[in-house]
Amino acid sequence: MPADLSLHAPKAQPGRLGAVLPPRIAYGLAAPAVLLLVATVIAPILVMIALSFTDYRFGEAGLRWTGLGNYLQLLDDRTFKRALWNTFAYVAMVAPASVLLGLFLAVLIDALDRGQRFYRLVFFLPVTATLVAMAMVWKYLLHGTIGPFNLMLQSLGLPSLDVFGDRDLALAGLAAINVWSLAGFNMVLFSAGLTGVPQDLYDAAAMDGMDSRLDRFLNVTLPLLGPTTLFAVVTSTITAFKVFDTVAVVTRGGPRGSTDVLLYTTYLEGFSYFRMGSAAAMTVVFLAIMMVFAWIQARVLDRKVHY
Amino acid sequence: MTAAIELRNISKSFGETQTLRDVSLSIRPGEFISLVGPSGCGKSTLLRILAGLAPQSGGTVSIDGAGVDHLPPSGRDIAMVFQSYALYPHMTVGQNIATPLRMRQLSAAARLPLVGRLWPGQSVSRARIGQAVAQAARLVEIEAMLDRKPAALSGGQRQRVALARAIVRRPRVFLMDEPLSNLDARLRVTMRAEIAALHRRLGATFVYVTHDQVEAMTMSDRVAVMMDGEIVQCAAPTQLYDNPRDLRVARFIGTPEIATISSDELIAANQGFAPILPRDPAIAAFRPESVSLAPAPEHLQLPATLERVEQLGHEILVFLRLAGGARLTARAVAGQVPISPAGQRLDLWLPRRTPMLFDASGARMDKAPQHELAHAG
Repeated sequence: MPADLSLHAPKAQPGRLGAVLPPRIAYGLAAPAVLLLVATVIAPILVMIALSFTDYRFGEAGLRWTGLGNYLQLLDDRTFKRALWNTFAYVAMVAPASVLLGLFLAVLIDALDRGQRFYRLVFFLPVTATLVAMAMVWKYLLHGTIGPFNLMLQSLGLPSLDVFGDRDLALAGLAAINVWSLAGFNMVLFSAGLTGVPQDLYDAAAMDGMDSRLDRFLNVTLPLLGPTTLFAVVTSTITAFKVFDTVAVVTRGGPRGSTDVLLYTTYLEGFSYFRMGSAAAMTVVFLAIMMVFAWIQARVLDRKVHY
Repeated sequence: MTAAIELRNISKSFGETQTLRDVSLSIRPGEFISLVGPSGCGKSTLLRILAGLAPQSGGTVSIDGAGVDHLPPSGRDIAMVFQSYALYPHMTVGQNIATPLRMRQLSAAARLPLVGRLWPGQSVSRARIGQAVAQAARLVEIEAMLDRKPAALSGGQRQRVALARAIVRRPRVFLMDEPLSNLDARLRVTMRAEIAALHRRLGATFVYVTHDQVEAMTMSDRVAVMMDGEIVQCAAPTQLYDNPRDLRVARFIGTPEIATISSDELIAANQGFAPILPRDPAIAAFRPESVSLAPAPEHLQLPATLERVEQLGHEILVFLRLAGGARLTARAVAGQVPISPAGQRLDLWLPRRTPMLFDASGARMDKAPQHELAHAG
């Protein structure tokens, strides 16, 4: 219905009280918001894009135009390519795992007769906790010699596992921390999605012969959670792409670059090596990737009917 | 294709509140029976117990003589139509209708999403399901919509899809939980006729829950009137109207509502009532059509004042008040009664014979209620 109505909507929309504002006043009223948006969001992005075409070094007075030089360098930069690859690998671990774990927890808790609020609260706590502080706790828990996790492995007679000291395990260890902190958020999304599944559908499913829980889950619950799942996947992916604090606190990109991720490399480039020009180029690449996901997210949220 | 249903001493409590008290009902094979009553009377709960969607606190349900209390809903060979239609929004109309068959005739592996179709040995079943779906869709005239999603359909079309999903398996018993209450008034009348026709065509047993007495009266072989968790009376529609066993039934069935006057007031208004009314105080009840606005033989005159008039087009309803305060409604053919302003004196005539009489508890007292079909089995 709203679609039909909008076809006939008048071109010049009168204000709330019925008066049509002259353009001068309308622009005047919009100006503060526009200025704020330009000053805090658009201008910094434009400056950053401009910097990415220069050899600007942090603290220097002058700068030189280098054209696409920074970008061409990135193509050959092994550190950057490794960081890019690590980031994608990290996202490929975190996004599916946190969504599946969130769904699993939500369905599990939803089936409880009592204690739903308690369990939701417990699993949501990691979301509210400061990730940097929690990362320190995780670093201690998984520490190669003094960590309780390894002490437990040793007491069981298993070889100890230095997660953050092992090139093959460090990234997965960081991913585990992020899954732990994201799953609670996804669980809340799915819990909300589950309350939107009408009880009548489960009654109909029971009449139609879906006797097992699995049948009902696959035929009713999961399809109706489709929009929620899509949303959870997109937000988890964006969050995972932005990984920085755990890397900075726990591994500092090591051991031997195995946990170098895009934002951490950019940070080092700009604020340790002071090469702002190439850091800006990396940020533009990062921004481009984020734009793709933001576009997908906007598309997902725009669609009102998902089934 | 059809089955008898026996509900014996069904009770249901939710915590402290008792929703159903000792309800017994025998439904004959192929019968169209309505459970009707005000909201909260337990009619939907009774239907859900019959379906197996909710367990009863006590009593037994049997279909065709066999107890079904241990069976899940899918094992009882029944189908149900819900008030909200309960269509799966992510499936097309065709897939919705096919679901009951798909769940029963395809193996678990073949039902898996996406990869299920690759499973071997299901083409025959799938073809058979396709035919059944087409046939059910034809029966409710929605063949053209099989590829659409429920969201793209109107309320009436969704209702038909829900009916087709119920029909497709050809169950012995159909349960309907207020299936028409989400439709507009015109469509309700059309669908009423279609459901009645469907019942004749399928010959299965229909149990129909509604709060709308007109729906219950027009469609059913028998109507069970439920009040406060009990079946007060179960009888054929005309029987319910002409011979209610309880004042609550008399009031619930028929619009405008039956008028009630104490016997004392009736005698005070016209001494002629004294010989035909019992000596003990009683409540007399009159249907609108027994109230006459013109002198008639074998009628007794009562002085009254006019309260208001409702024009219904083909007839008018005249609301009157006796001197003692009791209200009566008369039904008259339009144009035969002069429209007079409210507050004017307008006498009425009531038949000189014993009216329906109820005692203070609401039980019928003028004659022993007829033997109820409900308990005849």
